[in-house]
Amino acid sequence: MITTAKGRLGRIVPAVAIIGAGALLLAGCSSGSTSSAGGKGSEKFDYLGADTNTEISTVLTLMSKDQCSAENAAQPLSVGTTPGTGVDQKMQLLAGQNALPAISTASGTPSLMTQFVEAKKIVNITEALGDDSSNILPAAQSIISKLYGGTDSYVLPTEFNIEGIWYNKKIFADNGITVPETWDALVAASEKLEAAGVQPITADGKDGWPITRLIGNYIFRDQGADALQAVKDGKAKLTDAAYVKAADAVASLGQGGAFGPSVGSIDYNGMENAFLTGGAAMMYNGSWTLSNFNDPAQNTIGLENIAYMPFPAVTGGKGSIDDTPANIGIPVMLGQNAYGTNTQAWVKCIAKNYGDLALANGGVVSGFKVNTVPTDLPELTQVVQAKVAATTTATLWFEALFSPKQTTVSQTNAALLATGALTGEAFMQMVQDAGQ
Amino acid sequence: MKSVLGDRRAILALLGPALLVYSLIILIPIFWSLGYTFFSGSIVSGFTPSGFDNFITFFKDPTAWTAIAFTVKYAVVLTVGQVVIGYAFALMYHFYLKRASAIIRTLVFFPVVLPTVAVALLFQQFFQSAPTTGPINGFLNSLGIASVDWFGHADSAFWVIVAMDIWRSMGFYAVLLYAGIVDIPDDIVESSRLDGASGWKLLRHIILPLSLPVLLSSVIFSINGTLKVFDSVLALTNGGPGSGTTPLTLYMYQTSFTYGDYGYGSTIALMLTILCLLVTIFIFRAQRRDLTKA
Repeated sequence: MITTAKGRLGRIVPAVAIIGAGALLLAGCSSGSTSSAGGKGSEKFDYLGADTNTEISTVLTLMSKDQCSAENAAQPLSVGTTPGTGVDQKMQLLAGQNALPAISTASGTPSLMTQFVEAKKIVNITEALGDDSSNILPAAQSIISKLYGGTDSYVLPTEFNIEGIWYNKKIFADNGITVPETWDALVAASEKLEAAGVQPITADGKDGWPITRLIGNYIFRDQGADALQAVKDGKAKLTDAAYVKAADAVASLGQGGAFGPSVGSIDYNGMENAFLTGGAAMMYNGSWTLSNFNDPAQNTIGLENIAYMPFPAVTGGKGSIDDTPANIGIPVMLGQNAYGTNTQAWVKCIAKNYGDLALANGGVVSGFKVNTVPTDLPELTQVVQAKVAATTTATLWFEALFSPKQTTVSQTNAALLATGALTGEAFMQMVQDAGQ
Repeated sequence: MKSVLGDRRAILALLGPALLVYSLIILIPIFWSLGYTFFSGSIVSGFTPSGFDNFITFFKDPTAWTAIAFTVKYAVVLTVGQVVIGYAFALMYHFYLKRASAIIRTLVFFPVVLPTVAVALLFQQFFQSAPTTGPINGFLNSLGIASVDWFGHADSAFWVIVAMDIWRSMGFYAVLLYAGIVDIPDDIVESSRLDGASGWKLLRHIILPLSLPVLLSSVIFSINGTLKVFDSVLALTNGGPGSGTTPLTLYMYQTSFTYGDYGYGSTIALMLTILCLLVTIFIFRAQRRDLTKA
């Protein structure tokens, strides 16, 4: 019996050893190898974009027929799409196989983009553009540097959005409210609106970011524009009293009923709909929402009743109300393996023409210089365009420098914070822990 | 036939292609994933050996333990719900509805063929509290009870998931168990009736013991399926609010594909496999003891 057991064990142990060694070999071999580049680049100028954004492919197609027709003849544009919800996964897999297309939607997670940069999977745009990099607006360049580190650009800023609070002028006037310039004034305005039976703020609690943006902006206004960089550098923690204060302020606003009932069930469209049909007085959002404002089918309160106000100051805070929260939306990047002289010519052409074409075609404000401002732009778009052109530095958003896990934890727990199910301290502790 | 199966080349020709496909799409990824548990890094930056770090992280990770607790709670509640309700339906088909059961069987089975995402959207609308009030909250309001934010709290969201998944799967278990009950010889049931057994006694002493094998299969089937729950939770609550309804599978998916940490994601997958294995062994052992007693 013992002999049989020993014999069986004798057969099993080598089998397990071989399987184990094979498994380790397989996993070890799957690490990303270095990329190669050079020559004229890939045969086609393949663009792989998120299916949720048709603006970029439309502008590129327009360029290929006009301003960039010579570049298109040398390297024809080819447009493909991928589901917007799985962009990060798709780009990771492609980058791991050195198969990123010539031009594609960048990852929305800055820490993943940093990995692409460090592994040399994407092209250094500043080097590729040379002197033409002056076509990128200083404010857009400032954001890119803050997001990915260093001074060079690794993305083309196909959008440039400022963020802030959009308010319903009529509701404010009807309730005798002046535009709040401090957080305390915002809280007082919310209480006044609620007492009058008006929902003060509509927020997309399902995605969470319109709530966490309030936390981030409160921190910037209270602790200064570098407060979250200090957390990234390990000089401060989110659980420090100064940071918990911001989460508590937002939690207190929510518990007062400012976000309305069941904020966790409201999605982005629900938030937009509530504001544009007069169901709420305020909405925190980026300037990308202008396309919704400009659509009469969605906007029943009228463009003339919507105005922008910067995030209010925090009394006694180190930050300034003039620091504008901004982002470059979902930019595009260039795959190193598909890059060559033909691709470089395309990129230079895009940098020179994208700003004008995007603004004229879809009213999109990009991070590129605009040489000719169309005269028929809606008033709010002109306001945003002027503000973007005047901005030289910008503040980021709450999760900009977080890991993907911290971002998810922050945004999925935002509604719980806003309904009082989580305290500011517990929320910040969870986000801090997710980063370790 | 004996001569064909005695020929090694014939066996190789018959089994070879299937074994090759099975190895390529099942075995190699399993072992590959097993290998990842000893590495850290990502497919972009490359992998570096990390020894048992991923396992140590797992045992220290409060989110992982919360996910295990949710997974086990969900598996137990749903298995009991699916099998008990399915068994009740099966008994009703056989003893009460008899030949007229076909239409009821079809109706109860219908949700099984519906896509999970469609069912999840249906239940989201059903239990909605904002921006519009769903039928459930509408009913509560008509009774003078305020709307409940079903998806705003982990406890209430859990019961909505349970209700949805029981509705979705009870028809399948009803048919499975009905097949087992139909197999019980009529003469045994008749003779026990002649001996005075009816109602609860007939069920307790005749039907239940004779349908035990198919009940056991259903329990194993159910518990292994529910321990691996993914699509219904993803579509209905996406693991929220917070991580209140996040099972191990969803945590594994997020870790691997959202956070890009394949090593730790594979470790979670391995732990889930071990959990399924332990539960199955436990059920088999418990059943073996019962049979000896009988």
